[in-house]
Amino acid sequence: MKKLLVLGAGTAGTMMVNKFRKALSIDEWEITIVDKHRTHYYQPGFLFIPFGTYKKEDVIKPKTDFIPVGVNYILSDVDKIESENNKVLLKGGKILIYDYLIIATGTQTCPEETPGMTGELWQKNVFDFYTIDGAVKLHNFLKTWEGGKLVMSITEVPYKCPVAPIEFVCLAEAYFTKKGIRDKVDITYVTPMSGVFTKPKATKMLGDLFVDKNINVITDFYTEKIDNENKKLISYDGKEIDFDLLTVVPTNMGDEMIARSGLGDELNFVPVNKETLQHEKHKNIFVLGDASNIPTSKAGSVAHFSADILFENFMSAIENRPLLSKFDGHANCYIETGYGKGSLIDFNYDTEPLPGMFPLPGIGPFGLLKDTKINHYGKLLFRWIYWHILLKGKEMPIESHMTMAGKEK
Amino acid sequence: MAQKTIANVTVSINEEGYLENMSEWTKELGSELAKEEGIDITDKHFEVIDFIRNKVEKGETLTIRAVGKSGIVNIKEFYQLFPGAPLKKATKISGVPKPTSCI
Ligand SMILES: Cc1cc2nc3c(=O)[nH]c(=O)nc-3n(C[C@H](O)[C@H](O)[C@H](O)COP(=O)(O)OP(=O)(O)OC[C@H]3O[C@@H](n4cnc5c(N)ncnc54)[C@H](O)[C@@H]3O)c2cc1C
Repeated sequence: MKKLLVLGAGTAGTMMVNKFRKALSIDEWEITIVDKHRTHYYQPGFLFIPFGTYKKEDVIKPKTDFIPVGVNYILSDVDKIESENNKVLLKGGKILIYDYLIIATGTQTCPEETPGMTGELWQKNVFDFYTIDGAVKLHNFLKTWEGGKLVMSITEVPYKCPVAPIEFVCLAEAYFTKKGIRDKVDITYVTPMSGVFTKPKATKMLGDLFVDKNINVITDFYTEKIDNENKKLISYDGKEIDFDLLTVVPTNMGDEMIARSGLGDELNFVPVNKETLQHEKHKNIFVLGDASNIPTSKAGSVAHFSADILFENFMSAIENRPLLSKFDGHANCYIETGYGKGSLIDFNYDTEPLPGMFPLPGIGPFGLLKDTKINHYGKLLFRWIYWHILLKGKEMPIESHMTMAGKEK
Repeated sequence: MAQKTIANVTVSINEEGYLENMSEWTKELGSELAKEEGIDITDKHFEVIDFIRNKVEKGETLTIRAVGKSGIVNIKEFYQLFPGAPLKKATKISGVPKPTSCI
């Protein structure tokens, strides 16, 4: 029996075992997936929890609901990968041997990386919404908040779902307007990057949107620490920003286990061939999803598109054929902009997000870099698609590779 | 593609003033580029520049954090050497492409 081992049963790992259990003969291949948590979170839903649109129950399901028959599921913390020996050690001492390994352990928030972030004000006036716990506590805080300075700050790049903090301030703006306290809330968006987004056209569109919504933007701000006593965010070059309510995207890092295994970069992301998704040195290791260091967004859509590529390349690798499928970095993100509207960006390694129309058979077209109602419905519909189609590794009517159809140059 | 003569050599630069070809870089050129950014170059600057050019040559991604973990400077010192936008300034002076955040 050959052994395929998948680490991490999040978006990426779950999709992969579903695809492979269908494709690989049950007599020849044993498939095992390991995760330290029981619950699968629909992370894009976290964004809606602070505003009461979704509740905790709306974004959680047991992981085992999505693991197909014929796949072993082990609930355990992975301690270390011994890539030289094709072995994985679990906490508690169990050892798993593999012929092929897929690393899909994602990224997590590390607020303790920033001095003062988990200080006295943590989850009192300083919140994150990248964890279920943070999102729920922020919701409770917002219920009774009467206004003041709201600062949304991104601590470090890269971070998963790069549009989430943009969406957060847009939704917050609409929420405070609806509550009748918009005039009492000053909203500021703080980023270490040089613009609201990385690429020129999307930065312009989103920058204009922020002007319309009266959201201030501070760029090139690289957070060093948080002064709890004086409620200030302080940068490495000594700039200070006052806040009453600080929402943060803490530093995102790959799991510690990656560092212990000697497979990570300075943020514990695993360097991997950005086209084939195969490890450069250990050819029987592939990396999928947020755990890798490929230069594109850390997003569920990217995990989805690259899953098709990894699948093809894996099937080639086990038959000693060359890996011909190449990932182009395709990402596709809906951006909630508030008031029941949304925008959409679609891009890859070489093509920046462009305006135009995005064709999606049966549902679309959606407006690219446009603020429309249908884009908002696209986002809401996505939760259903995620649970019922995406995680189960079923075909979606959308190409893995980015298409120029509908885009305006 | 524009041409520019700095430190008596003619090099190609892009519209933002970054060298098109990192192999055209010399130490003298680095000093001149630093002057244009209002920086008086020191040995410490050159150590950081070496680190940056090495990383880029190996095709690795460059971040402020990585420079801070280089053992040459911490992040605060990196800001002091290249005030304002350290990574943008340091890469320009190092003759390598402007780093793009890939998000
Ligand atoms: C607020 C928010 C909004 C988002 N919105 C969007 C959106 O609109 N569109 C979009 O495309 N994406 C969005 N995303 C991003 C998306 O959720 C992630 O990119 C996606 O889930 C990545 O999948 P993954 O499998 O790589 O990682 P994950 O789904 O995070 O899974 C990693 C798994 O590995 C497990 N694991 C880690 N280390 C170990 C270990 N040592 N031992 C055992 N198990 C381990 C974890 O328990 C986890 O289950 C959003 C994310 C957030 C936080």
